[in-house]
Amino acid sequence: MSTSANFEIRHSWRTTAFLTDSTLCIGCKACEVACKEWNHISEDGFDWSGFSYDNTGSVGHSTWRHVKFIEGDPQPGKGGNAGDGISWEFSSDVCKHCEVAGCLEACPTGAITRMEFGAVYVQPDICNGCSYCVVACPFGVVQKNRKDGRAFKCTFCSDRQRVGLQPACAKACPTESIKFGEINELRTMAEERLRELHERGIEDATVYNPMDTSVGGIHAFFLLRGDPRTYNLPPKPEAPTIYLKDGWRSAGLVAGMLALGSLFAFLSTPARNSKNS
Amino acid sequence: MAENHPVGFQWVIEAREKNKAAVIHVDPRFTRTSAMADIWVPLRCGSDILFLGALIRHVLENEKYFREYVVHYTNAPVLLREDFRDTEDLDGYFSGWNAEKQQYDPTSWLYSGSPQRGALFAGSFQDSGEAESDPTLQHPRCVFQVLKRHFSRYTPEMVEQYCGVPKELFLKVADAYCSASGPDKTAAICYALGWTQHSKGVQIIRAASILQMLLGNMGRPGGGILALRGHASIQGSTDIATLYDILPGYLPTPTFKKDAGTLRDYIEYNKAKSGTWSNFDKYFISFLKAYYGDSAMLENDFCFDYLPRVTGDHSHFGYWLEMADGKVEGLFMMGQNPGVGGPNGRLERKALAKLKWFVIRDMVECEPASFWYNSPEVERGELNPDTIATEVFLFPASGVSEKYGTFTNTQRLLQFHEKGGDPPGDSRSDTWFMVHLGRRLKAKAAVDPRPRNAPLNALTWNYSLSGKNAEPDVEEVLQEINGWTTADRRLISSYAELKADGSTACGTWIYSGCYPERGKNLPDQRQSRDLYGHGWGFSWPSDRRILYNRASARPDGKPWSERKKLVWWDEQKKQWTGLDVPDFYRDRPPDYRPPEGAEGDAALAGDQPFVLHPDGVAWVFVSAGLKDGPLPTHYEPLESPIPNPLYKRSNTDPAAIKRERPDNRYARSPGDPRFPYVLSTYRLTEHHTAGGMTRTLRHLAELQPELFCEVSPELAAETGLQHGAFATITTPRGIVETRVLVTKRLRPLSVAGRSVHQIGIPFHFGTNGLVTGDSANDLLPISEEPNVRIMESKALMCDITPGRRPRGKAALEFLAQKMEAA
Repeated sequence: MSTSANFEIRHSWRTTAFLTDSTLCIGCKACEVACKEWNHISEDGFDWSGFSYDNTGSVGHSTWRHVKFIEGDPQPGKGGNAGDGISWEFSSDVCKHCEVAGCLEACPTGAITRMEFGAVYVQPDICNGCSYCVVACPFGVVQKNRKDGRAFKCTFCSDRQRVGLQPACAKACPTESIKFGEINELRTMAEERLRELHERGIEDATVYNPMDTSVGGIHAFFLLRGDPRTYNLPPKPEAPTIYLKDGWRSAGLVAGMLALGSLFAFLSTPARNSKNS
Repeated sequence: MAENHPVGFQWVIEAREKNKAAVIHVDPRFTRTSAMADIWVPLRCGSDILFLGALIRHVLENEKYFREYVVHYTNAPVLLREDFRDTEDLDGYFSGWNAEKQQYDPTSWLYSGSPQRGALFAGSFQDSGEAESDPTLQHPRCVFQVLKRHFSRYTPEMVEQYCGVPKELFLKVADAYCSASGPDKTAAICYALGWTQHSKGVQIIRAASILQMLLGNMGRPGGGILALRGHASIQGSTDIATLYDILPGYLPTPTFKKDAGTLRDYIEYNKAKSGTWSNFDKYFISFLKAYYGDSAMLENDFCFDYLPRVTGDHSHFGYWLEMADGKVEGLFMMGQNPGVGGPNGRLERKALAKLKWFVIRDMVECEPASFWYNSPEVERGELNPDTIATEVFLFPASGVSEKYGTFTNTQRLLQFHEKGGDPPGDSRSDTWFMVHLGRRLKAKAAVDPRPRNAPLNALTWNYSLSGKNAEPDVEEVLQEINGWTTADRRLISSYAELKADGSTACGTWIYSGCYPERGKNLPDQRQSRDLYGHGWGFSWPSDRRILYNRASARPDGKPWSERKKLVWWDEQKKQWTGLDVPDFYRDRPPDYRPPEGAEGDAALAGDQPFVLHPDGVAWVFVSAGLKDGPLPTHYEPLESPIPNPLYKRSNTDPAAIKRERPDNRYARSPGDPRFPYVLSTYRLTEHHTAGGMTRTLRHLAELQPELFCEVSPELAAETGLQHGAFATITTPRGIVETRVLVTKRLRPLSVAGRSVHQIGIPFHFGTNGLVTGDSANDLLPISEEPNVRIMESKALMCDITPGRRPRGKAALEFLAQKMEAA
């Protein structure tokens, strides 16, 4: 449990990641607040949602870390979270910084770039607000700020990482639910933790780290309990660009058919004209 | 704890993850803490002593207690006087109750053979272990047997019936807790305001400490009782005397016509015959030297007569009610917001209108500062800005990051903090305000020779000022607290150096050693050397991280076990040593026995670890110092749904103070049909107390933007409450509008054969800030626990109805109608 606490970015780390362990999350929202403070993000509005203790809704242009509160039915015998009476789980969501990032691929202006450490970063001075990235994100992370027109999301605290600091959310997390470190070390840690939880009888624990879909792995993986859909995470996220080849093929086919049709119409017209005249 | 102390809760998580510690959470609501616990126990608000008493009985009846520890380190073997009567004998009263005065005469609670007169800390002393004790724990008058009889009716069945906790669940907790204690193991209890804010709060914590003593969990690593304080430095403000009847370092304020005649009387009254408090005169005279400097001399009783006397009830509620009655002219208020945080907010806000002047210092314009133009009372026409004569002075205060200073946390750990930047505008630190106020008052007194100014003229007040704001040097204050020799101002390194002849000055004896030499600010240390954190900050007294740690070793000086070793007797070096600074006489061997007639420090034997107690042992039975009895007893809350299942004569704690009057009314108890539901207030992670520091910040305000109440689906069905809609909660004191959060995290409990519904409500909201709402504390009565004068906020009765509350005058009419209903 010392990754975050004694963190310093080692020069050998080429690629970093978050491991968010929801079995350690106490729902204090320190990550949300630390993120907004560091990145100067505005508040979402003062609206009471009635959805458990969650009043910021979801990850969006003004919430880059978001803690979900899932009040579930009792899960007797599952252990942890006092599951015999009721379950109340918390999990801090964030941009996944996909290996194959839909947003990055969709961005026509080059505003979205891949940074060192593996971050997917929206350059606010280049973004023109076209919103292609918004629809291209398989996780619904990127969102357009309607007031200002541009798209915003987690920067992976690239500014902090560059000077050897861990991201603000991981730094603020009191229970080390948000771990930050080298991606392969964290993957190993996630597997070890999973084994430990299973041994302890928490059988529904899983690691959410889709490697075998078109997103090709993510830089923010999660340790969850039960179905990832409960946490608003798609079981099989896909980068929409995988449909590109099919799309182009269909478009080409249609274009070809149109051209053939036009040609046919063109070729058949003089005959009709001459007949009339 | 996860809700209100998330940073501290990391250690609970770490214990759970690394050491497989079981976490048990007892709370009426399923909170963020419950979500992280292995066992959650919902219980009826205010039934805590029944629950803890049943655990004590379980330990006694099943012989789970740590016998060697109990026999040697507690007063369980001591015999009580023949005239002592228990609540079990007198239907809910201990012997000594004076019905006319509504208070106890505690004489019959003394140990058999004890002197009848004694101070708070010394009253029960006598040479235990010799004539009047029974190490076999068999004598019918010994504390152990009294305890056994006292709790004999606190059965698992009682818990099931009256706490609403199923018997199997209770036994599961009892087994888990007992199995985590012993020579090789320890268990800790953490509590917060859910235990203190009851009409019997002190006794709830006493019950927990009895449990810890019986299981041998005191003075040992991983044991103890941890009070999670309500603010960042509440421990510090208690140490340095925030209360009217305590001077810095827990020295009692002299009381008129009691102990305050002459310095000699006062010292004789308060000095213990043995143990650490036998040096009372050294602490007190050094304290007077810190206050009055060279003016304090042997010839003038060290200016003892300059100290103000306690002449009545000067507690918060005491003077606030006097204020409501127009008897108080002016008020300074700093770092406090009774307009939101205090019980019966309506009474407290209205009382402000009776003042001539009112000085308030805060970082924001909090609710008391705007009571005269923006308060529910103005909206309801009870107060009129045109006719309020109070002159309000609002001073901007700087925040913690804008000043240097220390925090003292619940572990008694002093931590120095840096200043991040200068405060904006006219904001100033509290130290600045007090020092400059003192300077101005002293300047006035200096040119006015009337005798009443003598104390002010004598007061030492020479703090260096620096910078453009003439900011006082807080490290000088810390040095004054630490203490020095008066001849050459050499800083002292321990309270053991203090003298009663005026040659030392010390602001707060328990803190001495925190600044042992110039440039050595120990609270500013940041290099932790070991598991106990030595090298990080300074833990009073004398950097001991665990109090009474002599108890971590057996009577013969060897650790109880290798796994739980902390301090032990080194036979070679002939001294106590170990992983912590020994909280004991360093060179006193375990087999030391005090010579006949020994007094003071010499009077404690080598196996008496509880050095603050004159008899050197932990008190299962407290024979002096408590106003409502020597043992915890179950009483119902002042407002309760059911009668006391144990006693007919005393439904509630007889010594609790209700302060009942037309503006501070109560529901009939037990079982007022107008107010059928149990109500408990609490805090949320997202807000801090009265909200001045959180409802004004965007990133925190958005997280919990509105007042809500939590109700079970069953209660919602019974009363027609809709999730997300509005509800109106009423008590005899007030009326509050909230949103409704229907959640399974609250559940009705089966109590005394019927369903008891409990409603939870956070209290953070008020009229000012980015997010506003009604103040839940308007629903509470001003009541007082007899020992520490805190209100009962965790168990009261209310009614809840769907819909918004009436506006303006109609709200008061609604309340009046409610009270007139049969």
